[in-house]
Amino acid sequence: MKILILGAGQVGSSAAYHLSREEANEVTVVDTSAEVLRDLQDRLDIRTVVGNGAYPDVLERAGASDADIIVALTDSDETNMVACQVAYTLHHTPTKIARIRSADYMNAKKLFTQDAIPVDVRISPEQLVCEYVEQLILYPGALQVLEFANGRVRLVGARADRDGLLVGQQIAALKEHIPNTEGRIAAIYRNGKSIEPDGDTVIQEGDEIFFVAARQDVRVFMSEMRKLEDPVRRVVIAGGGNIGLRLALALEQTNNVKLIERDPVRARIISEQLNKAIVLVGDAADEELLLEENIDNVDVFCALTNAEEANILSAMLSKRLGAHKVMALINRPSYAELVESGSIDIAISPQQVTIGSLLAHVRRGDVVKVHSLKRGTAEAIEAVAHGTAEESQVVGRKVEEIDLPRGAAIIALARGDKVIIAHHDTVIETDDHVILFLTDRRQIERLENLFQVGVSFV
Amino acid sequence: MNWTVVQRILGLLLMMFSLTMLPPVGVSIIYSDPAWLPFVESFLLTLFSGLVIWFPVRRSRKDLRLRDGFLVVASFWSVLGTFGALPFYLTDIPQMSFIDSLFESMSGLTTTGATVLTGLDGLPNSILWYRQQLQWLGGMGIIVLAVAVLPMLGVGGMQLYRAETPGPVKDTKLTPRITETAKALWYVYLAFTITCTVGYKLAGMGWFDAVSHAFSTVAIGGFSTHDLSIGHFESTTIDLIAVFFMFAAGINFSLHFFAWRFVQIKHYSRDPEFRAYVFILLIVSAIVIVSLSYLGVYAEGEQNFVNGLFQAVSIATTTGFTTVNFSQWPGALPVLLIFASFIGGSAGSTAGGMKVIRWLLIYKQGVREISRLIHPSAEIPVKLGASAVPVRVVDAVWGFFSVYVVVFGAMLLAMMATGLDQVTAFSAVAATLNNLGPGLGDVASGFMTVNDPAKWIAIVGMLLGRLEIFTLLVLFTPVFWRH
Repeated sequence: MKILILGAGQVGSSAAYHLSREEANEVTVVDTSAEVLRDLQDRLDIRTVVGNGAYPDVLERAGASDADIIVALTDSDETNMVACQVAYTLHHTPTKIARIRSADYMNAKKLFTQDAIPVDVRISPEQLVCEYVEQLILYPGALQVLEFANGRVRLVGARADRDGLLVGQQIAALKEHIPNTEGRIAAIYRNGKSIEPDGDTVIQEGDEIFFVAARQDVRVFMSEMRKLEDPVRRVVIAGGGNIGLRLALALEQTNNVKLIERDPVRARIISEQLNKAIVLVGDAADEELLLEENIDNVDVFCALTNAEEANILSAMLSKRLGAHKVMALINRPSYAELVESGSIDIAISPQQVTIGSLLAHVRRGDVVKVHSLKRGTAEAIEAVAHGTAEESQVVGRKVEEIDLPRGAAIIALARGDKVIIAHHDTVIETDDHVILFLTDRRQIERLENLFQVGVSFV
Repeated sequence: MNWTVVQRILGLLLMMFSLTMLPPVGVSIIYSDPAWLPFVESFLLTLFSGLVIWFPVRRSRKDLRLRDGFLVVASFWSVLGTFGALPFYLTDIPQMSFIDSLFESMSGLTTTGATVLTGLDGLPNSILWYRQQLQWLGGMGIIVLAVAVLPMLGVGGMQLYRAETPGPVKDTKLTPRITETAKALWYVYLAFTITCTVGYKLAGMGWFDAVSHAFSTVAIGGFSTHDLSIGHFESTTIDLIAVFFMFAAGINFSLHFFAWRFVQIKHYSRDPEFRAYVFILLIVSAIVIVSLSYLGVYAEGEQNFVNGLFQAVSIATTTGFTTVNFSQWPGALPVLLIFASFIGGSAGSTAGGMKVIRWLLIYKQGVREISRLIHPSAEIPVKLGASAVPVRVVDAVWGFFSVYVVVFGAMLLAMMATGLDQVTAFSAVAATLNNLGPGLGDVASGFMTVNDPAKWIAIVGMLLGRLEIFTLLVLFTPVFWRH
């Protein structure tokens, strides 16, 4: 697939990285800074073009005339929208994805039609990150909460601890523990390596477990893995930027929210937008301030400023001062790896959260959702099975009959409103949303082939 | 330094190269000449060496770093030259010493075209074919070929590609994937080779000669299967076909790629380097033709024109084909042509020399200095076409230029120290460092009479010229090896 990425910022370059390492993609990145592009081209097998991505001439040079997808990820909403419009008007680019930050644009749904501003998919990294953090706060103890089938199915990652009911026992015991709850363990990572779970696998303390369950069953399941934590009540957010503000708005009705912002002017602006949350002016790494605001009683501390180093430090400090759980927004994967096993409970990587929504559009076959996991080595995919039993390689077959590549597992189905946890004898019907877990990302191509209604199989 | 990765790629490349020893075996069988055995032996030796190098590290899967790229390219070209010499060394006709074999092989691969052989017409066809084939492989670059056919090179492919392709700006990819870029270049190259072959054939060459000469023409090499080079055919049509393809092969191949991809030719005339290239060729040809006619070197006016044009294009693009012995021409003409070879062809072509674009940039800086004298406070960027050239590139051009001059001076002194006279030494260095081929004085027709130390210097010069000095030189700096 020929992909055009505009903007080589954090999101842009990580998108280029993820997309270009798939053999089938040809990636071209456009940015105004020649230096950034040179660095990027040294690391990745991509073509780069210097220039403003919205200019027809630059798009032409970048090969927009035969591009399949244009992904506009520059800092400016306006540039992104114009770029999509130019690409569509001049080159009829089939799929146009744009990053739109401003909620004002986002809300004006009518704007994004083919004859006005032809953006097929709007991505707001801030919103995605905010939703992601919200989920983590909703399910305390979870490392990751991913939604499928419009939120009906959840894939949850959690670390097993001593107090989990299932820890030290075989997975098969799950049925006896919670006989009426449907759910399934999708993957287990032990010491950073994935092990294939089956009924005999014994869960150990420290295992990172991904399990799938219907929305209402997640908490029950979680109690099998670790001691159930009390619902989060007190939240402190550091950084009143776009993400911090959104999160505060989303949480302030249900939780006791405090937001720390350094810039008094900005603090004033957000305090006017918030109703119940308290806005504190000051430095998030100021010990006095944190103590004064009873940091030792706080359930969750989220460091969400633009500066990742500051996030790491303020989160570590809060943890030492007694915050129960700390999260930090960290862009660099190497930083995330450094801190996550140690003093910071959860490192939130905006790129990883965002990349999934891009990947869903690059995949062949009818792929609804892709979540990138474990720094891009694993993926959870929601794909729709189409066609009849004759045309498709999945429809009309039992799960055990499907020729899945190694490291891939079908974990759940969404059929209409029903959620079905997949077992070996579950039969897949047409239009089912099939949720898969793939521990070896290199097998993605075989998986894609599986879900394509191929002419060759008629 | 990732030694294992370097070793693995080196082994793979060597095994790939061993396959190129097989076509001469076929040629040998077709023409039933006695030289098939050396090729089979060389094939097995090369394949086996590659296997021995590759096997212990076959599972090494690290990414190639920038430094590794230099190391792979520089060491591969040296190793390649050595293994490429095997068939020459092993064959009985002609009897060749090791240094002569190495010289011939390196001269082929670097598309220099200087030879130590005489009596080419009497040699086995397989040996002749092999020489031409070496030039053809070296022209577009055997590593570029490897990047095209071995997808596993991936990101590292870019490092290799950059270290091998000539020119000051190497970041422009024709397609997003480096493999596709390398493939595209080889397709264009192949297309030229085929059309050139057909052209030669229609103009009266036999198939063997047509293919052989097409190989060395599009590679801007200069090897021939005859002692008299292109002059052997005594055909104006063939001369003109050769002129056309030498000219085309000296153009940046990315221009050809765009012409082929978008079916248009107007972008040629917009490219500043192309325009300068054409301008220089026109000027040099005009001076040579006018001088020849004025001095009446050849009786027929047509001869003055054809020979003048042919030699001007052949030497200025650094091909090195000859129709007549231009070193005997009167006045400044021989030295003028040797000077023209310093300019050479365009960046990203198969030609040698310092490349037109570097000279263009140096010239533009000269013009800028003049403007600055008149307008001391003016801000004047160096521009190519409509866009300003980054300062880094301009700096790099000067760096290249100065190193070129220093290397040239050092080699000139070394050659003279071995006992060559000044004209011979000067032209020998120019002929090798610019990957030209023929020189003046004692090396006008080849290096057979030159002493062995001078041949070694020439071999180093050819390699330096093909890898544009820095890729090779960087290995001899302490900084490169410091961790």
